[in-house]
Amino acid sequence: MELYATLQSIWWLLLGVLLMGLGTMVGMDMGVGAILRYVGRTDMERRVALNIIGPHWDGNQVWFILGGGAAFAAFPLIYATAFSGFYVVMLLLLWSMIIRPLGFEYRSKMPSPRWRNAWDWALFVSGFVPMLVFGAAFGNLFQGVPFHFEWNLTSFYTGSFLALLNPFAILCGLLSVVMAAYMGATTMMSGAEEPIYGRARNVARATAIAAVVLFAIGGFWVHGMQGYTLTGGPAPGVPQTPLQGSVSVAAGAWFANFHAHPALWLVPVLGFAGLLLGFLAASANRSHLAWWLGAVAWIGVIGTAGVALFPFLLPSSSHPAQSLTVWNASSSKLTLGWMLGFALVFVPLILWYTSWAFYVMRGKVKADHVAADEHAY
Amino acid sequence: MHDPSVVDLSRLQFALTALYHYLFVPLTLGMSFMLAAMETVYVVSGKAIYKQIAQFWSKLFLINFALGVATGLTMEFEFGTNWSFYSSFMGDIFGTPLAIEGLMAFFLESTFVGLMAFGWDRLKRGQHLAVTFLVALGSNLSALWILIANSFMQNPEGAHFNPVTLRMELTSLPDLIFNHDAQAKFVHTSIAGYVTAAIFVAGVSAWYLLKNRHVELARRSFRMAALFGVLATAGVITLGDALGFIGGQAQPTKLAAMEGLWKTEQAPMPFNAIAFPSQKDHVNYGVIQVPYALSLLVTHSLDGTVPAIDELERTAAERIRNGIPAVSALQVLSAKPGDADALAQFQAHEKDLGYGFLVQRYAPDVTKATEADIAAASRDTIPQVAPVFWSFRAMVVLGLCMLAFFVLALIYTMRNNVERQRWLLKIAVCMIPVPFIANETGWLVAELGRQPWTVYGVLPTWMSASTHSLGYMIFSLIGFVSLYTVFIVIEMYLMVRTIRRGPDDEHAPSPSIEPQAARLAGQAEG
Repeated sequence: MELYATLQSIWWLLLGVLLMGLGTMVGMDMGVGAILRYVGRTDMERRVALNIIGPHWDGNQVWFILGGGAAFAAFPLIYATAFSGFYVVMLLLLWSMIIRPLGFEYRSKMPSPRWRNAWDWALFVSGFVPMLVFGAAFGNLFQGVPFHFEWNLTSFYTGSFLALLNPFAILCGLLSVVMAAYMGATTMMSGAEEPIYGRARNVARATAIAAVVLFAIGGFWVHGMQGYTLTGGPAPGVPQTPLQGSVSVAAGAWFANFHAHPALWLVPVLGFAGLLLGFLAASANRSHLAWWLGAVAWIGVIGTAGVALFPFLLPSSSHPAQSLTVWNASSSKLTLGWMLGFALVFVPLILWYTSWAFYVMRGKVKADHVAADEHAY
Repeated sequence: MHDPSVVDLSRLQFALTALYHYLFVPLTLGMSFMLAAMETVYVVSGKAIYKQIAQFWSKLFLINFALGVATGLTMEFEFGTNWSFYSSFMGDIFGTPLAIEGLMAFFLESTFVGLMAFGWDRLKRGQHLAVTFLVALGSNLSALWILIANSFMQNPEGAHFNPVTLRMELTSLPDLIFNHDAQAKFVHTSIAGYVTAAIFVAGVSAWYLLKNRHVELARRSFRMAALFGVLATAGVITLGDALGFIGGQAQPTKLAAMEGLWKTEQAPMPFNAIAFPSQKDHVNYGVIQVPYALSLLVTHSLDGTVPAIDELERTAAERIRNGIPAVSALQVLSAKPGDADALAQFQAHEKDLGYGFLVQRYAPDVTKATEADIAAASRDTIPQVAPVFWSFRAMVVLGLCMLAFFVLALIYTMRNNVERQRWLLKIAVCMIPVPFIANETGWLVAELGRQPWTVYGVLPTWMSASTHSLGYMIFSLIGFVSLYTVFIVIEMYLMVRTIRRGPDDEHAPSPSIEPQAARLAGQAEG
């Protein structure tokens, strides 16, 4: 394969890794936010729950920011077209996300129950909505989005805002929410004692099963869906624009990659296995194992979407030929090369110090510590 | 085509959200290093008072930090949501420093800020100090990469236009990173953050001294802030001068607007200390001038001149005429990639492509552009003079005020009798808003002065915006304004409350918390 095409494929993979990191790390914090009101019944229980992720949510959130930054740098047309096309949905995602840092930092600064209750709702919204939108965005990738380009690649989105919240997108959104809730629940099992532990365990078991069901329904749904196939245009690794593409649309086409390479079925199997074994691990009170199996499930689920769509990144339902692919939406060879160099140096470093941070803060969070620590949330 | 009012609203939204974000960033940049300095003194001297100092200021730091992080998310989104053409056209270059920022800086800062807040009891002294330094390093590296990205917009280096992919592409990452504008701007901007933090710490400490509360903590904090502040303010002014020098060469239109230069004059040029520029008449009213001063200030010599607006508009008109064939050739290349005639025509006029885009605003088919269209487009190359002129003066005057204040503060704090200088302490409290205003005016000079370009000389602002409907823009503006208003009210309230409570109250839980928390617990269970 040409060097350029190799770099493009690597960045497709790395973007996938970042999204899996996002699902796992941001998902766990947002999951805690989404189930906070159920798992923590008293103020102190909620504080304990928040302090489990308190030292980490900020670092974890960077997976999200880096996901955006990497999309901008490696696939600028995707970043530009998706973020502007999904305008209203993106704003809902953004607005719900930006109340989250304040929810963590400001909630326990005031003793008033009304104040704290309001922030608990804010944390719920800022956990639930972004994960819903994250999943729904994937759902829309499968169905294609109505957009096209002018001669100079100015993009126009011609759909309505509500069209982005269609039944399949909602299904994918819910899958993402329950998987996040699962991550949050297993995190709380590791970091809290009874009664939070027991409630978190209930959530973990329920969400694991719900995720299996939703993932399976999604698979059947996609099977009957109109899929996209690249039929012509410049070869991979040739600098090109989406104005030169040639694409066919046919039912079941999203399964073409799996039919061509049966080994790829292992990817969705990984998703199912992670969730089912995660259910067993949570039932057996193996909370750390359950968390890691949740991470495996994220790899399987996002991997499944990526494999099915490849080489498409953002198909256009109104102008299929202008669909964005790994080959026509990426940055130049030089940029991808430099970025790969930086990623190879810094990603291992990030993983190393993130693990250290979790190691330093290991163990159960206890109510009396929270009450005594002036920096606690 | 782009709806001009959508472009204007996109600009307004970006400016509001960036200015708002920029209220919190400089304090983070400076406070993180001040915290590191305070904690270093604690670790070296072992005196508990310095631990109390570091912990108290870190509380205020974190309240500010949360809003900085929150509003930073908006910036990450907004290029894509509202400037989609800019993002796809420049993403190959502009996205790179942003992604590197995430990898190198933001992960570092965000991971360790959690340990900084939560790790006091879990880490050894030296470890915690290292963590605090890593937060400071992370936040400042973050500023470095963001300003490298910004400097590409001010002074595009290390990139070229690729007619095959119809966008700008990177030619050299080192050229992008070692952009002269970026180096001067990073130092100027990050040190401005240190000034902001120094004024903030000095002002709050002065308030305690005036109230005769926490005197020991306040006196020591004030002294550190004064020392930090003198050095930082001198640095900001020096680098600001260098930046003006570099920026003036890279962006003559910005310099002309900053100085209100309508007509080219002979050296030595006088400096317009006060003037009321009229964009319509191309002239200044009510001028007070200092002879010779401009040549000295901007060229560092008596016989240097800089081009004024009349000359710059003429040059722009030439470049627009030269850019028109580039745009029309590109249109052919878009439909027929590799067309040899079109490619030759494009290459002959490539360097003025951006100027060709400029006239497309008036003549969608550039080959039909009239002289009136070209004249209108060349007038567009001059930014709005009055706001740039006045923002610049406000920034400079405020900077000099802060320098004067820090010199006085240092003198009295070294004489150990700053508590008795109540006039100085009162000034210190009043100074708190000053660096914030100076920072915002600095942003306005840099970004208003860059207009009408998003990337100077390459991509006009009017093309860069997303093609949204007016309704979408009104929706998002209302959303941002309402959310951000609520945020700032809450943040200011918590800041003031935390300052009022002071460092003493925190060790013993305040009596009001427990009963209320218990009541809350009761309610929730019942």
